[in-house]
Amino acid sequence: MGPTIVVDEIRKHYKDVKAVDGVSFVVEEGEFFGILGPNGAGKTTTLEIVEGLRAADSGRVTVFGEQPWPRNQRLLPRIGVQLQASSFFERLTAREQLRTFAALYGVPAARADEMLDVVGLAEKAGTRCEKLSGGQMQRLSIACALVHNPDLVFLDEPTAALDPQARRNLWDLLRDINHRGRTVVLTTHYLDEAETLCDRVAIMDHGRILESGPPAALVRGLDSPTRISIEHGLLPEAAARELSGVERVTDDGVILTLLTREPAGVLAALAERNALRGLEVRGATLEDVFLELTGREYRA
Amino acid sequence: MRGGFAALATAMLRGFVRDRTALFFTILFPLMFLVVFGGIFKDPGTPRAKIAEIGQVALLDQAPPASISKVLDITKEPDRAKALEAVRKGDYAAAVEADGDRLVVHYSAADQVKAGIVQGILGSIVDEANRAGAPPKFTLSAEQVEDASLKPIQYLTPGLLAWAISMGGTFGAALTLVEWRRKKILRRIRLAPVSTFTVVSARVWISILIALAQTGIFVAVASIPFFGLRLSPTWWMTIPMVVCATLAFLSIGLVAGAFTKTGEAASAVANLIVLPMAFLSGAFFPLDNAPSWLKNVASVLPMRHAVLGIQDVMVKGLPWTSVLPEMGILLGFALVVGFLATRLFTWDDV
Ligand SMILES: Nc1ncnc2c1ncn2[C@@H]1O[C@H](COP(=O)(O)OP(=O)(O)OP(=O)(O)O)[C@@H](O)[C@H]1O
Ligand SMILES: [Mg+2]
Repeated sequence: MGPTIVVDEIRKHYKDVKAVDGVSFVVEEGEFFGILGPNGAGKTTTLEIVEGLRAADSGRVTVFGEQPWPRNQRLLPRIGVQLQASSFFERLTAREQLRTFAALYGVPAARADEMLDVVGLAEKAGTRCEKLSGGQMQRLSIACALVHNPDLVFLDEPTAALDPQARRNLWDLLRDINHRGRTVVLTTHYLDEAETLCDRVAIMDHGRILESGPPAALVRGLDSPTRISIEHGLLPEAAARELSGVERVTDDGVILTLLTREPAGVLAALAERNALRGLEVRGATLEDVFLELTGREYRA
Repeated sequence: MRGGFAALATAMLRGFVRDRTALFFTILFPLMFLVVFGGIFKDPGTPRAKIAEIGQVALLDQAPPASISKVLDITKEPDRAKALEAVRKGDYAAAVEADGDRLVVHYSAADQVKAGIVQGILGSIVDEANRAGAPPKFTLSAEQVEDASLKPIQYLTPGLLAWAISMGGTFGAALTLVEWRRKKILRRIRLAPVSTFTVVSARVWISILIALAQTGIFVAVASIPFFGLRLSPTWWMTIPMVVCATLAFLSIGLVAGAFTKTGEAASAVANLIVLPMAFLSGAFFPLDNAPSWLKNVASVLPMRHAVLGIQDVMVKGLPWTSVLPEMGILLGFALVVGFLATRLFTWDDV
């Protein structure tokens, strides 16, 4: 069997907007794949083309070796989708909602109730969907995507509306699913999320994939400086600039930040000057990768 | 998939019964019409027309007095001028005089309905007299005037029921389609392994179920003694009639829902179709006296056939086979327009 997903040079243009502009990637079976990018990057459009909700203007997509467009009934039972905009049957309670979806996939109601528990909505079982909070809706929508235990899961910004606790829980759930051999494809704005969850990420902007690979490899490949920050006022900006190995200094009046590729020497120098209060040392992150790739700050 | 069908149908039914507005407009609103109209037109009795007999009219005097007095209130008026003046003022529906073998009826254009009734009755008296004046026939025709089948509730119920079904079918289908598309649930269903056919047939079954519930409630309310609906022996044919009518209206709703984008637009379009159609089809009042061009227009409307078909079997007691053409027309309409709907159908509004 070949890769789970093969996307080859897909394009989707809306009048003058190039929503997806020549995207190619491969997702292997059991992989946790992330698509990362700011608003309007083309993440949702790409995902929907792969899911079979939209036709690409050009290019080829195969999922489990089959074409998802036009609507392919052989694929549907094997994939689970959480759409970016939650969509529910009107005036049904959370439990009824999930049971309805379960039934559409031929899954018993007991499994639906179990899933409700898994996403922490057991006590909201009798609440109408319209009356759930944004995060609760999102969790229900994820439960609907997972209820039939699909081989391949698509999640479009699953943690967007979640509180930190729910976010952690969902991460655990997704890791668990992934460890049981399921392939997961998710989009996110959060770089930390991509870094902790994904085996591989693709960084996308303006409809194109700028870079892809394991997060750690992307960061390492960057060879970007380490950031050392201390409280403002411990050391004048000019003095900081004098330290050996410091490439750049910024002082925003609260925190003084030094960029260096020789953190050991700089830290020692700071310690010597007794200027370590509020010390924070941070290596490069995906954020720096994004900055490097686009020349822009990451705006999530 | 069986489970999918049941799940979708249940979801639709729950969505419907929990929607107060939908419930009101499909059940209560038409029922209000039935109660109001049924109350207003309740048992007007046979309008006993007051007529003046100028001089001696042998024909009237010969006719059996019992049956004549059921429908005509005859006053002898020796003065011709005074009698005619009274007709002009509306005191009498008509004045009758004998001119040799001719029976002359003077009437006023002010009350054409009464005048028409009088002319009809007198016409039949003349007919009977011409046929050697056998009175039993005349008695029969008088009975028919009194027959319950002419009571307003007997034509109000089928007409208003047809209208109620059209509202339920058209609005239900149009709004489900539009709202489901707008709320993206249709997109989500599209990702589940159910066929379009399953989605549509779930909607069809729910609409039929709602229509049958409407029928049951309508007949039950109209049958209480206050309104006094009397069902004919072939009333059970109403059920397949209602099913066919529902399919026709549903197809209209599916088309309306296919090309409108918002719930408001879908309602407006459905209203624009249903309301004029109801008037033209005689859902609110009989078309018996309508000009023939109007009847011709009406005959292309599905609701006309629904009204006629339901009348025929529910109250008129025509044999069940007599509505098969009506059912055929409705099904044909549903098929053609339904096909159009599948062409126009989109899962998505983007
Ligand atoms: N149906 C559409 N018609 C016209 N333009 C569209 C349509 N859908 C998307 N676009 C445009 O395509 C671009 C990519 O949109 P897309 O939804 O894929 O972005 P995204 O990466 O998912 O953004 P977000 O992070 O905000 O969800 C945007 O500029 C958007 O305006
Ligand atoms: Mg998106």
